[in-house]
Amino acid sequence: MNVTELSVMTLWGATTLYAIAMFAYAIRLARVADEKVAAKAAVAVPVGAGAPADAPLVAEAPAASSPVKRSAKAAGIARATTLVGAMLHAVGLAARGIDAGHVPWSNMYEYTISGSFFAVAAFLIIQRRRDIAFLGAGVTGMATIALGLALTVLYKDVDTLPPALQSYWLVIHVSIATIVTGILTVSFVTSALQLMRDSRATGRRWAGARFRWLEAVPSAAKLEALSFRMNAVGFVLWTFTVMAGAIWAEHAWGRYWGWDPKEVWSFVIWVLYAAYLHARTTQGWAGRRSAWLAIAGYVALIMNFTVVNLFFQGLHTYAGS
Amino acid sequence: MARVKLDNYVVPAAPRLGFRGWLRWIWRQVTSMRVALILLLLLALASIPGSVLPQWPQDAAATRAFVADNPFWGPFLDATGFLDVFGSAWFTAIYLLLFASLIGCIAPRAAHHYRELRRPIAATPRSLSRYDGAGPERADVAPDDALARASAVLRPRAGWVGALRGYRVRIDRRDDGSVALAAETGHMRELGNLVFHASLVAVLLAVAYGTLFTYRGQAIVVEGRSFTNAVSAYDTFSSGSLFDPSDLDPFTIRLDSLDASFSDTGRPLHFQANVTYTEPGEEPVAEEISVNHPLESGDAKVYLQGNGYAPVLTVRDAAGEVAFSGPVVFLAQDAAYTSTGVVKVPDVTTGEQLGFKATLYPTFLEGPFAVGSIHPDPANPVIEMLAYTGDLGLDAGIPQNVYTLDESQLSPVQDEDGQPVTLRLALGETVDLPDGLGSVTFEELPRYGAFDLRADPSLPWLLTAAVLTLVGLATSLFASRRKVWLVARDDDGTTVVTGAAYAPAHDAGVGGVLERAIAAAAGREPAPGAEEKEEE
Repeated sequence: MNVTELSVMTLWGATTLYAIAMFAYAIRLARVADEKVAAKAAVAVPVGAGAPADAPLVAEAPAASSPVKRSAKAAGIARATTLVGAMLHAVGLAARGIDAGHVPWSNMYEYTISGSFFAVAAFLIIQRRRDIAFLGAGVTGMATIALGLALTVLYKDVDTLPPALQSYWLVIHVSIATIVTGILTVSFVTSALQLMRDSRATGRRWAGARFRWLEAVPSAAKLEALSFRMNAVGFVLWTFTVMAGAIWAEHAWGRYWGWDPKEVWSFVIWVLYAAYLHARTTQGWAGRRSAWLAIAGYVALIMNFTVVNLFFQGLHTYAGS
Repeated sequence: MARVKLDNYVVPAAPRLGFRGWLRWIWRQVTSMRVALILLLLLALASIPGSVLPQWPQDAAATRAFVADNPFWGPFLDATGFLDVFGSAWFTAIYLLLFASLIGCIAPRAAHHYRELRRPIAATPRSLSRYDGAGPERADVAPDDALARASAVLRPRAGWVGALRGYRVRIDRRDDGSVALAAETGHMRELGNLVFHASLVAVLLAVAYGTLFTYRGQAIVVEGRSFTNAVSAYDTFSSGSLFDPSDLDPFTIRLDSLDASFSDTGRPLHFQANVTYTEPGEEPVAEEISVNHPLESGDAKVYLQGNGYAPVLTVRDAAGEVAFSGPVVFLAQDAAYTSTGVVKVPDVTTGEQLGFKATLYPTFLEGPFAVGSIHPDPANPVIEMLAYTGDLGLDAGIPQNVYTLDESQLSPVQDEDGQPVTLRLALGETVDLPDGLGSVTFEELPRYGAFDLRADPSLPWLLTAAVLTLVGLATSLFASRRKVWLVARDDDGTTVVTGAAYAPAHDAGVGGVLERAIAAAAGREPAPGAEEKEEE
């Protein structure tokens, strides 16, 4: 087995494990919700008036109910498969880099495999600090789709770097852009859950029994706080990405900003996330509307990776190959 | 929805706004967060056409074609600024309003922040029960001493990191005999926010300054030839309105050779121009210019932006005299460097002027299915050309594009059957034109480099402003805004301390600070993990 095959096979392995993890995380969500509802119904736990309504999610259900923690088993499987998947993913990425002889983010196939890796990595790193298992299904699901698409549709054999990319700025500028994509992917899942959870709480949508799993997700306010932290990190890093890109453009093309389609969309993304940060503190915009802005920013980010690379003519055209 | 009323004439007694009132109202609207938000969204929306539609500054040729192909939409979009979005009146209006809003918002806030920093922080609230609390705990010392210990933990520590991360503290003795400590941090957050917004203004000013003083020129230099930095030497030259042409440093660049390497499949690997660079009065220096590695000369940089072939052609007229001889710049049309060029021969001794439309195939291959170049390297260079006779139209005094032939007064050279003749020359060959019109010789095949020289005196300022923007932004988002309160009272000889803390919802670390403060007051070790939790 040569290094090319090693990369492709480990990446397929990661894809499979992420798919399993996605189902495990989804099952976990459903079970946590069941346990929560069961605990409420069975004991009518005196949730004291003083306790904040959304305090402990998985209320340490009084031992009597159910052989506790059927959800814990699913959570264990989910965590383990995600972790092993991420390891295989890392091996696949490293093998691709060794095979190509340069950092593995110089075309769309490589952006996609490294961006999805950073999404899973961001998820795993945050999970070390706080319980965000409820994001697992979304994150591993998106990673599965991204890796699957990369390996089937976007795959490109390794090639040397074109002269325009022969620069250490490729390491700095593109790596940070890819890491931002990973972080904002996790944040996007959080914002989407926030909107769904909020709709269910107010009875607007997603209120039926089929969406009972939303009960296992923290309150909209907590999700907002979580996504804000990720968006804040993402926004600072995106600002850095744009600045590093401008410095590189000045080096390579003799101008720091030229409204190339890629630059236009980087600017749009920046402005949308800036609008999101302002909306959070504006009356009438905090909550749902600001969450929609964050989602719009993420959609623009994905557009910049896909539509702009494939359909718009510009100086960044090598990105599409 | 309330109806918008411009002025309330229905109720005669209601006060009128008047002119100054209106101005004030407009200013208040412009500086409101809601309007800033809408302007931001408009800015994002207004940018999008700039990536979808062809733009004059980015691609004039495509834009011209777009206008020509769309007889209604082309001129309409052009007139409304959609083909130069980022220079259009409406885009400018949006960002100028946004910056007005920004300045109107941060100037008062900066003044407020300055006053706020010099004022003592607010005293501890009467009741702490609204906040997340800690305690009560017993302390082994008197209330004053207990809070002094807590204060020591919270106040700025040595070193500038400690200084930045410390809390402002006040301690009050209350009427009921208790002692209250209030500690607050958050000034860095607001300071970072102000720095960020002010730096954005600085970025805009730096860009404006650069636009006024920048200059940029493009020149094509064939191997073995030289170029002197003067406005007249450039093929194209543009500059800001306050640029002075005498500022140009008259250095000379001689292109000794241009290395272009390609993989076997024709993929570009490396381009490098080997030049001799001479400053006036200095010794010549050998330099290399490649993509991503411009040559720096004073405040200007010279970039290698493109390359191609400039075949050396010699044209003899009907009398056998050399009418033209020299390199002709051909423009590459595809990845295999199939290149096109035009030769204009106005100075013939007898007969009509000559013109040629030529195509160069660096590695020519004539196969059963296609004829063309299969690789960008000059393995088998062949030039195919169509010859024309007549009037080149050069005498009209109108500047002509050197890459196109004005065929309006030219007729193609034809063979006996009346078909246009295609001449084919390999390197070193000479072909005779029909009807004794003369001959063409393909002498040599040097490469050329397309150089771009640019100076922008605003770059150091721009970089400084950008770095400040980033630092300010990071501080405004990551510095914490927390309040911690402790109340110590004497309860029959023992000191009892209670505490509470407040921070925005996303900041879970404030509990760690409270734990550290109350532990210090109580004279015990903080619970394990408090420090770590604080960092979250």
